[in-house]
Amino acid sequence: MSEDTVLDVRHLKTSFFSKKTELPVVDDVSFSVKKGETLAIVGESGSGKSMTSLSIMRLVPSPNGKIVGGEVFFNGKDLVQQNDKTMYKVRGNDISMIFQEPMTSLNPVYTIGEQIREQLIYHQKISKREAHQIGIEMLQTVGFSRANDIMKDYPHRLSGGMRQRVMIAMALSNNPKLLIADEPTTALDVTVQAQILDLMRKLSKEYDSAIILITHDLGVVAELAERVVVMYGGQVVEEASIEDIFDDPLHPYTEGLLNSIPKIEGTQERLDSIPGTVPTPDNLPVGCNFVTRCPYAMEICKQEEPTLIDKDSSRKVRCYLHEEGVKNHGQQHRSS
Amino acid sequence: MTAYIIRRILMTIPILIGISIISFGIMQFAPGEPTALDLDPNISPEDREAQLEEMGLNDPIPVQYLRWAGNILQGDLGSSFITNRDVATMITERLPNTLVLMITSTVMTMVVAIPIGIVSAIRQYSKRDYVFTFASFFGVSIPNFWLGLMLIIFLSVQLGWFPVGGVGTLGGEFNLFDRLHHLLLPALVLATADMAQMTRYTRTSMLEVKNQDYVRTARAKGFKEGKVVYKHALRNALMPLITMFGLLLPTFIGGSVVVEQIFTWPGIGQLFLDSTFQRDYPVIMALTMFGAVLVVLGNLIADILYAVVDPRIEY
Ligand code: SF4
Repeated sequence: MSEDTVLDVRHLKTSFFSKKTELPVVDDVSFSVKKGETLAIVGESGSGKSMTSLSIMRLVPSPNGKIVGGEVFFNGKDLVQQNDKTMYKVRGNDISMIFQEPMTSLNPVYTIGEQIREQLIYHQKISKREAHQIGIEMLQTVGFSRANDIMKDYPHRLSGGMRQRVMIAMALSNNPKLLIADEPTTALDVTVQAQILDLMRKLSKEYDSAIILITHDLGVVAELAERVVVMYGGQVVEEASIEDIFDDPLHPYTEGLLNSIPKIEGTQERLDSIPGTVPTPDNLPVGCNFVTRCPYAMEICKQEEPTLIDKDSSRKVRCYLHEEGVKNHGQQHRSS
Repeated sequence: MTAYIIRRILMTIPILIGISIISFGIMQFAPGEPTALDLDPNISPEDREAQLEEMGLNDPIPVQYLRWAGNILQGDLGSSFITNRDVATMITERLPNTLVLMITSTVMTMVVAIPIGIVSAIRQYSKRDYVFTFASFFGVSIPNFWLGLMLIIFLSVQLGWFPVGGVGTLGGEFNLFDRLHHLLLPALVLATADMAQMTRYTRTSMLEVKNQDYVRTARAKGFKEGKVVYKHALRNALMPLITMFGLLLPTFIGGSVVVEQIFTWPGIGQLFLDSTFQRDYPVIMALTMFGAVLVVLGNLIADILYAVVDPRIEY
């Protein structure tokens, strides 16, 4: 793990247990995040991206969900092995999280001020007055001009965009090294989305926090991220820089995702969506997880699971099309 | 808020009028009359007729009702047909006993039901949860008169641990321990069904809140599980219970009739039962109205409390 790596996830495996069966929702996921970098994890719902983030935080819903393997190195420590006490210090302090639902992610019975302060007091052991002062500054940073009044307001009096700003202020208030944003703009209006993305871009520079951006929306990815991890069926299927993902996607699933973004220029471009849905963990096909929806599926894809291979130093892909020696045997390979 | 409270109080007026008309009517349909029970068996039918006439019981029911309502509005609850005593005095004599019983039961219900409900919800499907679930179904299903009798038979008569009834040892000085000793069993019996029910409500409410996004946010902020539960989940989970308490009040009134009878507890409930048997109309009506006011008031207080604890509600 090099100096400037903040988070290093290795072979992470998280499963849900129902009765006697084990359903893998995160299956052998590896990636790393560098200092100040924004990494996007992209996938449809059910791809395991949210569970990956909850696994990093060790907040997988218990007792059914459990991390069953792998490591999550943060600050040189494997979070998977840490006891609860250490995790209490990491969460909200070293690693913060913003959730998709700003409408319900704030506690309705406490004021904004109370909810911002409590976290500062808890982690930094400062007085209520100091926490209040920092709270006001944070609210100003995220764009509230009358921060003083907002501190006294209850969440239901704020709009979704405002609440998400509050969540961001709260998440950044302890200067975390890593911010995990799980679909931070999905529930918001398009104009508000743009504002929130702007804010996040600005603040990530200012606070030098690394960000893991979890989203299904490649438009959001293009706005913020430097590197992209594409997940499908609980696995990483491709990892590449933002340029490579958009210019030359390797995995058929990434290609499908890109084709499903409406494009304004280029009228001949068709709006494709990938047929079918993500298979549920109890229903994964034999072989490649994507085989049921892949237009290039070959015989071998139905038999054996492809492995994630290093394409070059910065790219990884999990697909037989890109494995030497296999590609040439593919029978149905249509060029894209 | 003040405007809301005034509006709510005004709204209770038609409700109370409706209740009074209905209960007055029902009471008249019941067979028997006040003279049937305690009068001299040798009295002649003519004398009896004269007595009924004098009591005004031969007038048409609407006339009787209006006369009663007129008196009530002047603050006169009338006097008992049987003892001839002032009804208001009869009630105020017994009210403290019933209030002590009800308040104790309410406190018992809260102290037992809320913690158990929380533990059951947090450890859903654990052994403890199953035990509590079983116990609460038991508590809901046991008829209170049976439970009361069993407790008296085993704990009071056979083991002699508790007095058989009454509010205190007769003829003794006021003694707090003695009072509590007498209070425990009837209060427990009165509370049992509600305890069981409130446990279930608390559990359900907590289960609902437990998986809310803001609880997850609290966890993501690094708070210890205890703080997550008691600060962020509990307050939200308790809000719906306030309404439940408002709705449970009538069950206390109903329950006190039975419990006071079994434990010879000289309270309102006992008075209610006695007066019903004796067709003592003024007492029955006064107590019915008293119960109605209590229920309406309970709901009003619950609504106001709700607004106090939930900032989203503004009146
Ligand atoms: S391995 Fe086969 S099925 Fe899977 S994505 Fe590649 S071509 Fe498609």
